[in-house]
Amino acid sequence: MTERVAYAYAVLRAVEGLGTVLEGVEGVAGAPVRLLPEGSGGALAAAVSSVPARDFEEDALRRHLEDLDWLEAVARAHHGVIEALGARTTVLPMRLATVYLDDGRVEAMLRAEADEFSRTLRRLAGHLEWGVKIYVEPQPDTQATGASSAVAGTADGLSPGRAYLRARRSQRHSRDESYRAARQAAERVEAIGRALAAGHARHRVQQGELAAGAGENVVNDAYLLSRDAAAEFRTRVLDAGQDLPGVRIDVTGPWAPYSFAAPPDARSPAPDHAPDRAPDRAPDRAP
Amino acid sequence: MSESPVDRLSTYPSRATAPYGYDHGSSANLADILERVLDKGIVIAGDIRINLLDIELLTVKLRLIVASVDKAREMGIDWWEHDPSLSSRADDRALAEENRRLHAEIEALRGERELTREEPGATVERRHRSSRRPSAPRRGNGIADD
Repeated sequence: MTERVAYAYAVLRAVEGLGTVLEGVEGVAGAPVRLLPEGSGGALAAAVSSVPARDFEEDALRRHLEDLDWLEAVARAHHGVIEALGARTTVLPMRLATVYLDDGRVEAMLRAEADEFSRTLRRLAGHLEWGVKIYVEPQPDTQATGASSAVAGTADGLSPGRAYLRARRSQRHSRDESYRAARQAAERVEAIGRALAAGHARHRVQQGELAAGAGENVVNDAYLLSRDAAAEFRTRVLDAGQDLPGVRIDVTGPWAPYSFAAPPDARSPAPDHAPDRAPDRAPDRAP
Repeated sequence: MSESPVDRLSTYPSRATAPYGYDHGSSANLADILERVLDKGIVIAGDIRINLLDIELLTVKLRLIVASVDKAREMGIDWWEHDPSLSSRADDRALAEENRRLHAEIEALRGERELTREEPGATVERRHRSSRRPSAPRRGNGIADD
């Protein structure tokens, strides 16, 4: 028989109906998801799956984490469980691949940390996380714009070379404008957050091929919102970019409160991990 | 990895479509999910210990990722220097600056990882330090510490 270990997804406040929720959910490695109660009258529970030890031992894990297909499957399953539970109760998501030898070890962890888990769950009760990403839209195709402006420039009596340089300069100008606009959008969003949100966390800006949105991501933040304030926050944030050319604002969510589950002092990343790039790149201060 | 993840990933919509429902899990952007499940959430030592530095290095790679992690490593993670669409951009200076910063970060992570391997006794300490949740109670959860 295959040796199994306990994969822990989240700690949560146990409420009625979670068993039914979990019946329809497939966990990591296709395994069913169970709830381990804190016991002795406590209201906490941990969501776990039994997964094959051979795939989740230290060496295997290190290898697997380098495999994007494996990582994606596990990350989506992990997230799927947390999301299903988060729709019904307050959850504290655990970092991917938190693995225990057996259920008993998970229960021991649950009892040992019960006070702190309860405190955090109280703080987060009724709140969900929303993601806000600000993008500077890609500039119009260089070749096309350059060519058409060059034609216009020659019509003005400029040599093709000077016309080309002028076209480049005007592109550069519109690029600077876009960064200034992005900075303005970022300030507006932060102001909305200060008015409505219970928490604010910065994520690294998304780069590379995994950053699926078009344009350059300059702000990637998360806000903690009560259920009551969420709709207004979302509407106002999406509105904040309407009059700003070259800027796009995406709102994602609701998410389980991933970015707010750790205690506040441990949560904030090192400053250089969260560059606020819009202000850095805009050469002038916005008026 | 034979298939390019880039082709595959591009089929996922970049934003959640359900503002108030809780049903965007299957379609949420992979980058949004990864930054949460790898970088956020509760960090607590399980029995099976993966070095958190490995995870942090991984997230650095994912930020830069191209066709595959292997390829990024093969190219020394500085592939973007050679990408004409990036190097011809007007903000070369900012990129170069960030490049330097990332290099330093990666070197630091590598260095620490080497140290961790050479000094098994120091491992627990380093893991805790890197966990972004340095509170003492974490210490009691691993078999290795019992």
